[in-house]
Amino acid sequence: MSDCWQALRRPGFLRTAWPWRSAAYLLACALAGAVLCAVLLLWAAVGGALSVLLVGVPLLAALPLAGLVSGAGERRLLRLMGGAPVPDPHRVPDGPGPRAWLRTRYAEGATWREAGGAVLSAFLLWPLELLVVAGALLVPAWLVTTPLQLALDGEQVNVLKVWQLHAPGQAWAVAAGGAVLLALAGYPLAVAAGTRAALARALAGGQERVGELVRSRARLVDAFEAERRRIERDLHDGAQQRLVALSMSLGLARLDAPPGGPLARRLAAAHAEADAALAELRELVHGIHPRVLADRGLPDACADLADRSVLPVAVDVRLPGRLPAAVESAGYFAVAEALANAARHAGASAARVHGRWSAGRLRLDVSDDGTGGADPARGTGLTGLADRVAVVGGRLSVSSPPGGPTLLRVEIPCTPTTDPRSASSSPRTPSSSARA
Amino acid sequence: MAAAVGDADALLAAVAEHRPDLVLTDVRMPPGLADEGLRAALHLRAERPDLPVLVLSQYVQRSYAADLLAGGGGAGVGYLLKDRVGHVEEFLAAVDTVAAGGTVVDPEVVRRLLARRRDPLERLTPREREVLELMARGCSNAEICRRLTVSEAATAKHIGNILLKLDLPPAEDTHRRVLAVLAHLGGGED
Repeated sequence: MSDCWQALRRPGFLRTAWPWRSAAYLLACALAGAVLCAVLLLWAAVGGALSVLLVGVPLLAALPLAGLVSGAGERRLLRLMGGAPVPDPHRVPDGPGPRAWLRTRYAEGATWREAGGAVLSAFLLWPLELLVVAGALLVPAWLVTTPLQLALDGEQVNVLKVWQLHAPGQAWAVAAGGAVLLALAGYPLAVAAGTRAALARALAGGQERVGELVRSRARLVDAFEAERRRIERDLHDGAQQRLVALSMSLGLARLDAPPGGPLARRLAAAHAEADAALAELRELVHGIHPRVLADRGLPDACADLADRSVLPVAVDVRLPGRLPAAVESAGYFAVAEALANAARHAGASAARVHGRWSAGRLRLDVSDDGTGGADPARGTGLTGLADRVAVVGGRLSVSSPPGGPTLLRVEIPCTPTTDPRSASSSPRTPSSSARA
Repeated sequence: MAAAVGDADALLAAVAEHRPDLVLTDVRMPPGLADEGLRAALHLRAERPDLPVLVLSQYVQRSYAADLLAGGGGAGVGYLLKDRVGHVEEFLAAVDTVAAGGTVVDPEVVRRLLARRRDPLERLTPREREVLELMARGCSNAEICRRLTVSEAATAKHIGNILLKLDLPPAEDTHRRVLAVLAHLGGGED
């Protein structure tokens, strides 16, 4: 989608939706600004009055957080104006819980930029926006109605309070002028809306460089993911098949060897070696890229992880369909790591995996009844996972007080992809659950 | 052997043409190299319930085995790890079992299920656990006797105890018995 500056330079601009969108954007901004003005004034007044009782002090201290809401609103409104999507400028909090969230929010520049934007919008911009919309639309519209006003009054009409008219001809001329102005109103509206949008982008948007960095990291992870899949396929079609063939040849040779002799013993040993190699290769390939994840998606892959775990694991993962491959893979490896940690370090006796998709995000919880004390800052496994989840735009949080229990939560924004192949030919529902 | 084919569609076509006694397929087949072979097998089991199907897989996946066993009618069905092909005699025995209408589940799948479910299985004696493993793999009573070198009466007693301890319904038919045992081990899934 182009933005309104490009549209302005093109012929036929007035016939596009841009004049209307610009007017809508400005009106919405003005309305939001007026509401924000009232809210901020009320908030400050209540906070100020209550500060005598100390209750008001945190209330006043929380005032800059209003910028978070208004910033989110600005970013939403910016969708009206097209252009590149505006990334959320806020960092993922350093840890779980409201404390870490508050610490991160107060420390980052984006919060204060948004707070500045909120003040500007609430106390300066919204009257201006209203003025522009009124000037561009209402004044010409009023001019168009001049003949009607003259007819109603019968004698004279004051055009915009400054210019007296008596003749219908003059009134019609003014009306025609008004109509032309009304038609041309799209230009000033688009200029004003474009300027306002640029300001909103600067104050409430993320930095483009960071966005580009995230995209390039995501590309890297995608390439990595594709490479893993390729290696898995190559091993499956190559080494594994050859080993199966070798094992089969050895098996046939054993049938031909005289039973009980030294040859039969050597062949049996070789056969056992070949089988061990196959088993090891199978585990290795599964670790590189689990086939069940690609074939069946997260619920079955989580059930498979539960099967492989030495702990009894209760799995309850229900999703509305398949998710993007990078999201499935990030979620899968997070669950795998969490279950491995639970078995290895936490001394847990049981674990649970719970997964749902709602409101545009996948949420996976892995909990165990172990001794806790998992620390993302120390465990390289957890840090690597957090990086992996962050690349797909998600976040990983760990709550693991000493003494337990441990809860690892992965949240990834995503939309389910429809996969007609698995939906039509699989006799199972796309979701599954297994309880231990 | 009636026909050897290279992909899932050709498999379905060949089955229609040759009406074979048994279909042996890999889970992974061209063109997609995903689980086309398994899907073809499920399709065949739904279309032709009398056709025995043995599926080979590179990986041990309970969900594949569960799908395969759940779908279809009374004919033989099997899910084996590809490695088993190397053990020629065992493999041929599995083919015979499936062709004769029996059920074969890979020992690895069963072992994993047994490893996962500890609490209810702790009530079983070691010998009963061995019997359970063989039951889940699709062995008939006679086969269990042979493998464990115990008498028919002792086997029947073990099986009775297992069913009682795990709260499973008695089933004469081995396929049903496999389904019940797997369902129990899988935690009620399918």
